[in-house]
Amino acid sequence: MKALLLISPVLLPLLTLVACILLRRQGAWVIRASLLGSVLLLGCAGVLLWQAAQGQVLSAQMGGWQAPYGISLVIDRLAAALIAISALIGLATLLYGLTHHGHGRLERHFHLFVHGLMAGICGAFITADLFNLYVWFEVLLIASFALISLGGGPRRLAGSLTYVALNLLATLVFLLAAGLLYGSAGTLNMGELAVQFRSGQASAGAELAVLLMLLAFAIKAALFPVFGWLPATYHVAWTPISALFAGLLTKVGVYALIRLVTLLWPEPGALHQVLLWLACASMLVGVLGAAAQTEVRRILSFHVVSQVGYMVLGLALASPLALAGAVFYLIHHIVVKANLFFIGGLAALLCGSERLAAMGGLYARAPWLALLFAIPALSLAGIPPLSGFWAKFLLVKASLDLAAWTAAAVALLTGVFTLLSMSKIWNEAFLKPHPEGEAALGNSAGLRLALACIAVLAGLTLLIGLAAGPVLDYAQASASQLLSGEAHLALLAPPAGD
Amino acid sequence: MIWLTALTVAGLAALGLWMLLDRNLKRVVLGIAVLGNAINLAVFAAGRLGAEQAAFTPAGQVPLAAANPLPQALVLTAIVIGFALFAFALALLKRSRDLHGDRETDHVSAVTEEPAPDLRQGPDREGQA
Repeated sequence: MKALLLISPVLLPLLTLVACILLRRQGAWVIRASLLGSVLLLGCAGVLLWQAAQGQVLSAQMGGWQAPYGISLVIDRLAAALIAISALIGLATLLYGLTHHGHGRLERHFHLFVHGLMAGICGAFITADLFNLYVWFEVLLIASFALISLGGGPRRLAGSLTYVALNLLATLVFLLAAGLLYGSAGTLNMGELAVQFRSGQASAGAELAVLLMLLAFAIKAALFPVFGWLPATYHVAWTPISALFAGLLTKVGVYALIRLVTLLWPEPGALHQVLLWLACASMLVGVLGAAAQTEVRRILSFHVVSQVGYMVLGLALASPLALAGAVFYLIHHIVVKANLFFIGGLAALLCGSERLAAMGGLYARAPWLALLFAIPALSLAGIPPLSGFWAKFLLVKASLDLAAWTAAAVALLTGVFTLLSMSKIWNEAFLKPHPEGEAALGNSAGLRLALACIAVLAGLTLLIGLAAGPVLDYAQASASQLLSGEAHLALLAPPAGD
Repeated sequence: MIWLTALTVAGLAALGLWMLLDRNLKRVVLGIAVLGNAINLAVFAAGRLGAEQAAFTPAGQVPLAAANPLPQALVLTAIVIGFALFAFALALLKRSRDLHGDRETDHVSAVTEEPAPDLRQGPDREGQA
């Protein structure tokens, strides 16, 4: 029963995927099965989160082979929180996608591949074996390839080609690093690697291989200087798909970075110093890149890069408080970023374009949407009392505690620029009159479901902001769990009950 | 043997990277495949070469010259995955060329940079193209 719960985040999306394939000729049943699968996943994720919040760590050995020989799966606090948030965003994306209807085939394929993507993402969160992590990355990658090119069209296919080529390259780097690491350390089990690295027995070759692997994760996370693929491709996909990608995909890379670095090098060192500078550069370059853009989704894509910088900053500072900040930031950011893409898509539908120059008049036509935009936008910039404020506050406080003045200054400055960027969207899309007059604005009648999704996510942002205490406690407990590495080190101990 | 493998990996990787940097899209995609094979070979060699016995363990015996089966399992997985991804990339390339005759990487970037299309005709006009 425990093992079934442990693998449910992977099993459920895969079963739903199969159901969707089998029902593909049944029209509406695909969507029903898919939504049912998503709701079940969310339920399981809720149980996992509840258990993790009690301090329980779920772990199992696949096929009964003891670690380090078998593949280990572990769900600790960080993994449970990310699975829960991902399940929520997955469900919201599917529901939001229903209102962008009109293309039966596109829609059914969309449901199918989203479940494939969810299986890959959840698999990456629960595995404690680096080669298994590679396999899950591939699962989510092939699903994301299909999703980004879904619908076709010259612009979308051109963007997909860029996305496919650069992500394949990152994957090859990961595979090479995994091979080299096995060659020099003799294991790919995270627990055994942690023992080797923490006791200082790891060879130079193993350390180099891990650094190469971190490069692959950095590409996936879109960290400076290897972020170029993200703002070049995210805006070509169908809107619900961009939202899903922006919310979840880079965060899998950030998760892998956090997992590996905290497990192998819990004490700050030279690597953390490098990460600190990369994080600062990411924050600034991302936000400045956004300033040059004139389309909603392209602005938001650059902000993804900038926000990844904050999370890596928390990892680089490596104090328990900073790491708690990074975990808090991850949770807050996934919700906010996906929601901003949802809102951007809805605004574009109403205005007839996502070019800022051709948008306008939304404040008068859809005041609810304007309010719902303000919540995640201000949260992204870090205005109290929204969730982004607490996330940024933790990181800046941690930087100041460690006398990392530059990092604190960059984090604050980036917040100001983010606010400027958000006010640009506000002014152009909401405040200014539509260039073709009021009559050109679309009707929001058929978009209630999308509005409801947006409202729920905005409500969650408010809730995290207003009730930050429990989330902060959870983040701090995850941080100490990450630094102690207990969940993974315990894999090597012989099982107690057998 | 290990030197021969290392040189092969180096040669293949160099060739793959060189093709990846080409302007011609077809070569870029093929370059990924060549580089992928170089890396597969490297992963295989990570299990050390030389031991040539199959890794079967008869009851009560310890085979001394058994080859390391783990990298073989890893590389088989990687080959299968790599093949699927390569097939997808080729299909994408073909469709993209059918649509607008893309042959060069610069052109692909230029198409991605085009301003977003208007949505007046329906929710996802680009999807109908």
